[in-house]
Amino acid sequence: MRGALLIAGRELASYARTPSGYVVAAVVLGLDGLLFNGFALGAEARPSAEVLSLFFYVGGVGTMVAGILLSMRLLAEEHAQGTDVLLLTSPVREHEIVLGKFLASFAFLAVLALLTFHLATLVFVHGKVSLGHLAAGYLGMLLLGASTLALGTFASALTPHPFSTVLLTAALVGALDPAAYLIGQVADPPVGPVLGYLALHSTHFGSFQRGLVRLSDVVFHASVVYLALLAATRVLEARRWR
Amino acid sequence: MIVVDRVSKYYGSTAAVRALDFRIDEGECVGFLGLNGAGKSTTLRLLSCLSMPTSGRITVRGLDAQIEPHAIRRLVGYLPDAPPVYPEMRVEPFLRFAGRLRGLGRAEVARRLPEVVEAAGLEAVVDQPIGTLSHGYRQRVGIAQAIVHRPALLILDEPIQGLDPVQIVEMRERIRALRGAHTILLSSHILSEIARTCDRLLMMHRGRIVAEGTEEELSARLGEPGAGGAMVVELEVRGEAEATRRALAHEDAEAIEVWPGGPGWVRARVRCRGDRREALAAAVVRAGLGLRALRRGSSALEDAFVRLGREADGRPADEEREAEPNDDPEPDERAP
Repeated sequence: MRGALLIAGRELASYARTPSGYVVAAVVLGLDGLLFNGFALGAEARPSAEVLSLFFYVGGVGTMVAGILLSMRLLAEEHAQGTDVLLLTSPVREHEIVLGKFLASFAFLAVLALLTFHLATLVFVHGKVSLGHLAAGYLGMLLLGASTLALGTFASALTPHPFSTVLLTAALVGALDPAAYLIGQVADPPVGPVLGYLALHSTHFGSFQRGLVRLSDVVFHASVVYLALLAATRVLEARRWR
Repeated sequence: MIVVDRVSKYYGSTAAVRALDFRIDEGECVGFLGLNGAGKSTTLRLLSCLSMPTSGRITVRGLDAQIEPHAIRRLVGYLPDAPPVYPEMRVEPFLRFAGRLRGLGRAEVARRLPEVVEAAGLEAVVDQPIGTLSHGYRQRVGIAQAIVHRPALLILDEPIQGLDPVQIVEMRERIRALRGAHTILLSSHILSEIARTCDRLLMMHRGRIVAEGTEEELSARLGEPGAGGAMVVELEVRGEAEATRRALAHEDAEAIEVWPGGPGWVRARVRCRGDRREALAAAVVRAGLGLRALRRGSSALEDAFVRLGREADGRPADEEREAEPNDDPEPDERAP
């Protein structure tokens, strides 16, 4: 775990030293702000709970976009600049490397999520919503972001180039949601419900968005994170034998 | 310290190294010598546990690389052909990170940093972002990250690649200064460089070790016993090729190559036992030819390198030379 924290610390600091962190932050926060004004607030008067729910809906989409963009900074970037050799010849284990890279990007994504707090605060101050709704919504955003980043970590272990990592992450995330969700709507059982169940946002974010924390959703996102990081670790381990 | 037993590494169906067998003792400085694609880097990657062998066994201080790679990595400092550095980081924080990554505590890193900075000659750039440094300084940072944890085994893959002549001399001195404190393995395709730095050479060709020994031992392999080894002499002679060949034919000449140099003159290359330069000059003059130039050619070791490589291919030592008779063609002749 010590190795993971070391790698995460260095990586997190590099977000502040390189333009890519600022670019991703600008894109995601800009997207969140636009969608909040155009979609959540809208032109018509709405109950504040509904506005907050829509804010989290668009915030969830923004978090997924952030996760996809941040995936380019993960293992593929180390490979592209040759610094993976430094990590792989050090006495740190593969799972520590994977976890360190994931933790750094997750921490950065959490900061991005917190930077949207002023939008939620506007609804909280001017409307009538509970703190629980706020907490559940942000918990959902963090879990959704963690799932997306874990899939991105797996993708970045598979591809040697940061840009192809972004494309593969987008493909993986897109395959789960909306593709799996939409196919699940029209496919017959048992395929339809199974595919529908895999949808990261459409199936497993709705309750958080409405202010509810369902254990099944938490377990689903935790499972995606665990399995994706485990797969990334196995890919790194297998690379030594190739 | 290192025992490599019948180690092979395949990438798909391509063998990068095949049935390697060698030992390296504690404190030795060993050079892996070979042309590009000979398998030097693959061997060093295997020894640093960056990569695992397809078959065979590697042990470092009794630790099996396939069973305890993690423990071996604690013993190893590795500089690949491109230094593994983060361009956005400054030198000192980077070295601190590298030290901590290699298992040093905060206090230990703080104690070790000034020594490492001095050993690598980084005092002037310690606060600079690595991305702003020249290639030579980046290479020094690469050395520094490899020695920061005082590894028992230091592996340097082509450490002088891309350096200018001044930087090469500096790097050579730095590597020499590290001898004694570490067992050093380094690779290069530049014979003269590796011979100056290392105690022992392992010559690789097409994934195999084709010869090993000291510079003298390897040089002697081409010369007859007691003859002082082989010497290559290169000449420029005014006259016909056949007349030149006849003039240079001498009982001590092992191989004579003659090829056109320009209008009315030829180039010749003679490999002979011992130093026969004066005799060769006299022979050319005696034959009524014009001696335009005479110089000592490539070193015996260099010759041995080329020869051993060709022997390993199952080709006669002079085959390639004969196929490419002109060492110094006009630019338009060089084009395929």
